[in-house]
Amino acid sequence: MNKICTRKDIVSKFRDGQTLMIGGFLAVGTPESLVDTLVENNVKDLTVIANDTAFVGKGIGKLVVNKQLKQVIVSHIGTNPETGRQMNAGELEVELVPQGTLAERIRCGGAGLGGILTPTGVGTIVEKGKEKITQNGKTYLLESALKADIALIKAYKADTSGNLVYRYAARNFNPLMAMAAQLVIVEAEEIVEVGALDPNEVMTPGIFVHMIIKG
Amino acid sequence: MASVREIVGKRVARLFKDGDLVNLGIGMPTAVANYLPEGINIILHSENGFIGLGPTPPEGQEDKDIVNAGGQPVTILPGGACFDSAMSFSIIRGGHLAATVLGALQVDEKGNLANWMIPGKMVPGMGGAMDLVAGARKVIIAMEHTAKDGSPKILKQCSLPLTASQEVDYIVTELGFMEVTPEGIVLRELAPGVTVEEIRSKTEADLIIPENIKVMEL
Repeated sequence: MNKICTRKDIVSKFRDGQTLMIGGFLAVGTPESLVDTLVENNVKDLTVIANDTAFVGKGIGKLVVNKQLKQVIVSHIGTNPETGRQMNAGELEVELVPQGTLAERIRCGGAGLGGILTPTGVGTIVEKGKEKITQNGKTYLLESALKADIALIKAYKADTSGNLVYRYAARNFNPLMAMAAQLVIVEAEEIVEVGALDPNEVMTPGIFVHMIIKG
Repeated sequence: MASVREIVGKRVARLFKDGDLVNLGIGMPTAVANYLPEGINIILHSENGFIGLGPTPPEGQEDKDIVNAGGQPVTILPGGACFDSAMSFSIIRGGHLAATVLGALQVDEKGNLANWMIPGKMVPGMGGAMDLVAGARKVIIAMEHTAKDGSPKILKQCSLPLTASQEVDYIVTELGFMEVTPEGIVLRELAPGVTVEEIRSKTEADLIIPENIKVMEL
């Protein structure tokens, strides 16, 4: 099945109020042209699940600056002062999640798990409102799964059926998010025919992917 | 006279064994890699998704997809490996990291660490710090002994929100090398020229002073 689509096809999937997962770590591995498409179409009241809010003019930062977000669930906002400003002004809800916990909550969403037990955050404000469970004498926090309406993924190479290869540190949250959303849209640097990728090098199987565009 | 960075870097570097997998935080902790003793090679973990972190590339040879956890261009050494964020933090929490080296705003007698927020002032988010401190086999704090205004950072009890509870093992500053034990903070070594009185006057926590206190080898 050929999953290559047009920018117009992608725009037709966006709605105000959706929950989006967006790959990337300080904008490395973020599908920049898909973020631009969100900005150009001014899709509003979005909840974004991502590692961070990047920089003012880069990656997810552009959505913050354009005031398209209602809530972010991230591990870090320090590189984008506008996120902090909107948070303090009560314009943007910010849920800060330890990075490893965030990765596992997203993985749970795609892996059919209800949540995980992690030692991270025990004895800190992160434990507030969460169930504590003791296993073999050690205390853990119960952290719930995360899912999204749409995941926006950045790949290095994609074949037309959606098999993906990532490059160096641009992999980060992308393979996890590609499992955890109803609709998975991929921006790939290079698109190749089915059969051109060695099955041994595929990092995300094409069955997770719905739409592909060249970035 | 040696700089703070050099004193702290050299002492921290001597805590490693050859082949240790280590995560170095931004700032002073990063400098530790410059002071490894002869014959000690460590493997650096970068929580954004690889091990085998290497030095900054020459100008013009940066790769947009090879950056450290602070977003700065770096290199990946031969033998390095890339992975996703779930594996990166499985390495961290799973006890596969020999040590993490981080800075601190405050650290206390119980080994509590505060280094991620100042309510009302600075709320950048914890990033990977909480996982690193909870998961690494050894937690090493590398920092200036006091805050910029001269106030102590090694306290009886942290007042800022914690990064983790009772996880710190060692504290290394330009004044000394300290170990956190169940009994409290033990002063193991003094930096050259520093007296017990001086380090005590700049530390709020009660320091335990053993008889055989050493001078730091630099």
